[in-house]
Amino acid sequence: MKLLTCPINGARNITEFEYLGPVRNTDDGDQERLIAHLFFAPNPLGVMPEWWRHTPSNTVFVAERHTQTDAIIKTYLPPGGGDD
Amino acid sequence: MPFSLLQYGLRLKHRPFGDIPPTPDLKKSYDVVIIGGGGHGLAAAYYLANTHNITDVAVLEKGYLAGGNTARNTTTVRSNYLTAASIRFYREGVSLFETMSNDLGFNVMFSQRGQLTLAHSEATLRSFHLRAAMGQHMGARIEVVDVKTVRELCPHLNLDIGGQHEVIGGLWHADGGTARHDAVAWGYAKRASEKGVEIHQRTDVQAIATTGDRVTHIDTNRGRIHAGQVLQAAGGLNGQIAAMAGINLPIRCFPLQAMVTQPVKPFLDTLVSSANLHTYLVQSSRGEIVIGGGSDPYQLASTRSTLDQKEHLAEGAIHLFPFLHTIKVLRQWAGITDMTPDYSPIIGTSPLTNYWLDCGWGTWGFKATPVAGKRMAETIATGKVPDILHPFDLARFENFALLNEMGATAASH
Repeated sequence: MKLLTCPINGARNITEFEYLGPVRNTDDGDQERLIAHLFFAPNPLGVMPEWWRHTPSNTVFVAERHTQTDAIIKTYLPPGGGDD
Repeated sequence: MPFSLLQYGLRLKHRPFGDIPPTPDLKKSYDVVIIGGGGHGLAAAYYLANTHNITDVAVLEKGYLAGGNTARNTTTVRSNYLTAASIRFYREGVSLFETMSNDLGFNVMFSQRGQLTLAHSEATLRSFHLRAAMGQHMGARIEVVDVKTVRELCPHLNLDIGGQHEVIGGLWHADGGTARHDAVAWGYAKRASEKGVEIHQRTDVQAIATTGDRVTHIDTNRGRIHAGQVLQAAGGLNGQIAAMAGINLPIRCFPLQAMVTQPVKPFLDTLVSSANLHTYLVQSSRGEIVIGGGSDPYQLASTRSTLDQKEHLAEGAIHLFPFLHTIKVLRQWAGITDMTPDYSPIIGTSPLTNYWLDCGWGTWGFKATPVAGKRMAETIATGKVPDILHPFDLARFENFALLNEMGATAASH
């Protein structure tokens, strides 16, 4: 069973989490950045920061995970309360 | 024919033959270089050589022939999509499958047994009415059927009357079928190489060099080759290959998992699919039950499997056919799918003038093998993208002209 460490609740079964996709920024006043945000999500071969949500506690956090080995490097609460 | 077969069988000295010649040395340049030796790349090579008389073609394959997603898909052939553009395109694919064995002189074991998709809710049934109306409008054989007809089409199915996943109707697509994936790839490979196409296995593309808006040459682990035109049909890692040419594609990698059981006597003569259970089943000509297709819930460029997904597939299969609970799983695997935001492929032009895309096939690429090959060959030979491919252009994302087919697959949502 694969475990993911929630920064609040500790290591839990990964099926308790919802994947929210790669961390990326946008600006809805800038069409190019909006298009990139909507359709051109990061898809690297390597470590990628991404949003996850622990569904029972509704904790949204960032996990850094390797997209080839599936190894989870670290997890943390977003600095500044999740607005970046 | 049977007599010659008998003669062949009784002959004492059998000479073994290979369908394709051994990998030759790389030449310095080719008119057309195809990146990816799967079904799509090989089909394009075949149509280039056979229809357009362009034979100075090299197909570059990193691994072995048709060993990527061509080997890992679950071989469904159908055209029951949502948009007119998609139905038109996939219908041409189905019709090419209907004549493929004769066209290639190679038995691809196409079995047009029909596909039955199950509705467990009124909402699903409503979407079926839309798909049926669109399909009929475009000339496909497709209709919404009631439970009685579902029972007639598939008598062994558990209708779960009164249960959580009660079957309340179905979408019957008589054009749907299945074919032998290896045979499709090898048929195209054999007939393409007979015409002079070179197939280079174990040839890894490492860099793509461009000058201005043109590709000039490709560096591989076996040397540098210059290319007049390049077609990219690299399967799961299409995004990464395109990046070598400086092209950013709206693609994310997700594994798709599937499995087959030990062979049993024939009992299932349709393809059965349930979007609610994220499961579909087909009985292969060997009697194995092919069970697909669970997409992993998060991005990964790996062909590893997980117990979670396999259990999920088994659960769906046993729900639909409870008597399968005693059957053992024989093989299981995963493929890397190159998913697009709208569940439609990216075919046609790229920002480079001599670089063509056949990408973003996600979980839906096998059925399009012949039509994508045929139409990409036409594109390369004439330098003009045919009308049937226009809606699939890469530019649709920046124009917000998406081709949403998310609801037309049971593999993932």
